Amino acid sequence: MNTTKRAGLALLALSLAGTLAACGSGGGQEQGGAAGGTVTIDYWLWDDKQLPAYQACADAFHKAEPNVTVKITQTAWAQYWQNLTTQLAAGQAPDVWTDHGSYYPQFVSSGQIMDIQPFVDRDKVDLTQYQEGLADLWVKDGKRYGLPKDWDTIALVYNTTMLAEQKVKPAEMADLTWNPTDGGTLQQVIAKLTVDENGRDGLDPAFDKTKVKVYGFLPEWGDGSQGQNGWGDLAVANGWTYLDKNPWGTRYKYDDPKLAQVIDWYKQLIDKGYAPKFDKQSTLGRDAVLNAGKGAMSFAGSWTISTFLGPDAEQKFALAPMPVGPAGTRKTAINGLSDAIFAGTEHKEEAWKWVKFLGSAGCQDIVADSAVVFPAIKTASDKAAAAHQAAGRDVQAYLGPTKARGETFLLPITDHGNEISQIVQDAIQSVVLGQVGTAEGLKQANDQVNALFT
Amino acid sequence: MRTMRTEERSQLAEPPNDAGAARRRRPRPRDDRRAAWLFLVPALAGFVIFYGYPTVRGVWYSLTDYNLLSDPTFVGGDNYAQIVRDPQFWHSLGVTGYYVVINIGSQMLLGLLLAALMHRLTRSVALRAMLLLPWLVPNVTVGLLWIWLLDADLGFVNHLLKALGLGTVGFFVSPDWAMPTIGLVNTWAYTGYTALLLYAGMLQIPPHLYESAALDGAGELRMFRSVTLPMLRPVLALVLVVSLIGSFQIFDTVAVAAGGRGASSAIRVIYYFIYQQAFQYFHMGYASAAALLLALILGVLTVVQLRLLRASRSDLA
Repeated sequence: MNTTKRAGLALLALSLAGTLAACGSGGGQEQGGAAGGTVTIDYWLWDDKQLPAYQACADAFHKAEPNVTVKITQTAWAQYWQNLTTQLAAGQAPDVWTDHGSYYPQFVSSGQIMDIQPFVDRDKVDLTQYQEGLADLWVKDGKRYGLPKDWDTIALVYNTTMLAEQKVKPAEMADLTWNPTDGGTLQQVIAKLTVDENGRDGLDPAFDKTKVKVYGFLPEWGDGSQGQNGWGDLAVANGWTYLDKNPWGTRYKYDDPKLAQVIDWYKQLIDKGYAPKFDKQSTLGRDAVLNAGKGAMSFAGSWTISTFLGPDAEQKFALAPMPVGPAGTRKTAINGLSDAIFAGTEHKEEAWKWVKFLGSAGCQDIVADSAVVFPAIKTASDKAAAAHQAAGRDVQAYLGPTKARGETFLLPITDHGNEISQIVQDAIQSVVLGQVGTAEGLKQANDQVNALFT
Repeated sequence: MRTMRTEERSQLAEPPNDAGAARRRRPRPRDDRRAAWLFLVPALAGFVIFYGYPTVRGVWYSLTDYNLLSDPTFVGGDNYAQIVRDPQFWHSLGVTGYYVVINIGSQMLLGLLLAALMHRLTRSVALRAMLLLPWLVPNVTVGLLWIWLLDADLGFVNHLLKALGLGTVGFFVSPDWAMPTIGLVNTWAYTGYTALLLYAGMLQIPPHLYESAALDGAGELRMFRSVTLPMLRPVLALVLVVSLIGSFQIFDTVAVAAGGRGASSAIRVIYYFIYQQAFQYFHMGYASAAALLLALILGVLTVVQLRLLRASRSDLA
């Protein structure tokens, strides 16, 4: 009895000590690190697929700077920003984190990100090595809040088996055209790829739109305020611009008829049975529907390469570039991420060294070889494409627009990103459901959005 | 158990103000109050740290403009003035109310039915355990399970509907169906628990009431209406209040149904609204004010219900 009691007490004491030690470790580690001449930099990212590549970068960095160790923490996208925000609020933020255009204005306006312009000037970082426009996204009022790390673009993904069954030649896919009036050759292909239960395609007069077996096209309606996965790209190809200036504009133009035309074009796809009705579509995501063989084609971002061209894809897919719009060019959104340094970090110099390394060919070539994303440096982008090619994946549809003049556009970066996202997404969904007219719904949303800036 | 009963009986047997009773009572060795406080400390500490303090902070935040990152600035009642004029707030309250009506309505009816069946028909332990199973499954898992089963395109249920020649239904995606679907999914998850609570209440009803009712020629339905329901009233009231408050706190199923894209306005319940304001738009002050208003509304609802159902008085006494 007595020994048990003593053992219990010892255990209790131990666990208490353990808890106390755990509580104190945050501050203690850093102090201990500084005293010993070594520094640990906390680095956050959200993509588990990219974790191995960045771990390799961290190892390479440690080899070059033996005094600095980078500790990477990966948190899924769904929790990433909440965790980051609460850590910032608690003063326990990571020294460096992967940053995104929708969230970063919030951090800039609350003074959480360090201005790296002085470091960039001092170390003469070559900003022209990056894909055009990416570096400027992270500048506000002459201050720089990050170096570009990667980019993504949009392309058409289609089921090659279905294409062959419906006798559409892959060569046709490379030169598709689109306009909001009759949909151009894109709509012809969509119609041909749509098949009803009797095997008739969408161009057949006897096509039964109430019994569709395979939809020719799957739209994305949960696409925020940017429509990156479809309506935004087509609207820009139609001559639309999101707002007065980008980044840091303050007047959005969702009431522009050029955008309404695009939404109406989508609606007629649904009316004709070429695309699923909004209230009868799967909530499991377009990739699930495409993989189940119930859809033939959709727009997909370059971050989905491994989903559609990887070994886990249940159908055979291939990529085609965006269609040529009424203005005479293809348009795809290009979006990039950056690495931000916490304004309150105790290791400014070391954090900068790490960010500089992340933004250099040294790390981006490592990332390129892993062939998961396209690094921001142009030469590294080519390396990534070559790595994909070597693995038998043709990703030229994503890379091509970055090399052609005027085929890419930058997504808007403004304040109130998340609120705008919900307002516009709600409005577009109501329009597609027929609860409100297209022009009217978009006008209301636009007024709400612009009211946020007053 | 037995000794307790004897004690109870002896206590009951003691008439008040009996001089003999005082003589027989042993002198109390010490005051128990200090010990009582000691026993209360763990619970009290938990309450103060995890409820009391955050509540006070919440009240303070609700009076400030606070984005989690910069220091809060005092704005007085501005948040409240803004909220009562915010159509989104009222919309989400309306959506929540709709959900609560569907969820609590179906849950109480089904729960009562199941409890009555368990009480009067079979008292199989295995059956009772089975009823509880859905309640044991974590909410997020329940959500994911039903999202797959009920998917508009790839779901099993719609596959069946189609095979039967009926059209498919976008259970989670159609604005007309989404809220009822979520309500009924949660009814599926919680009915067993509600039924068990009500069943426990029914066990308290003296069996002789049923015997006399049967002697008087009452059928099962009549007994349910005239014996079970009136006798169950205090328990029913408590279960109703507790599940109503729980039901107002619907969040996880909605968050799961929303996925990463944000909930559509048809299912944006009040908790989701508060969550979005606090952690997506970083309007912590505004979110705190909304949360406090919700607490106020729930408080009023609870008092009204308890009053209406006279929950503190039992017809058994």
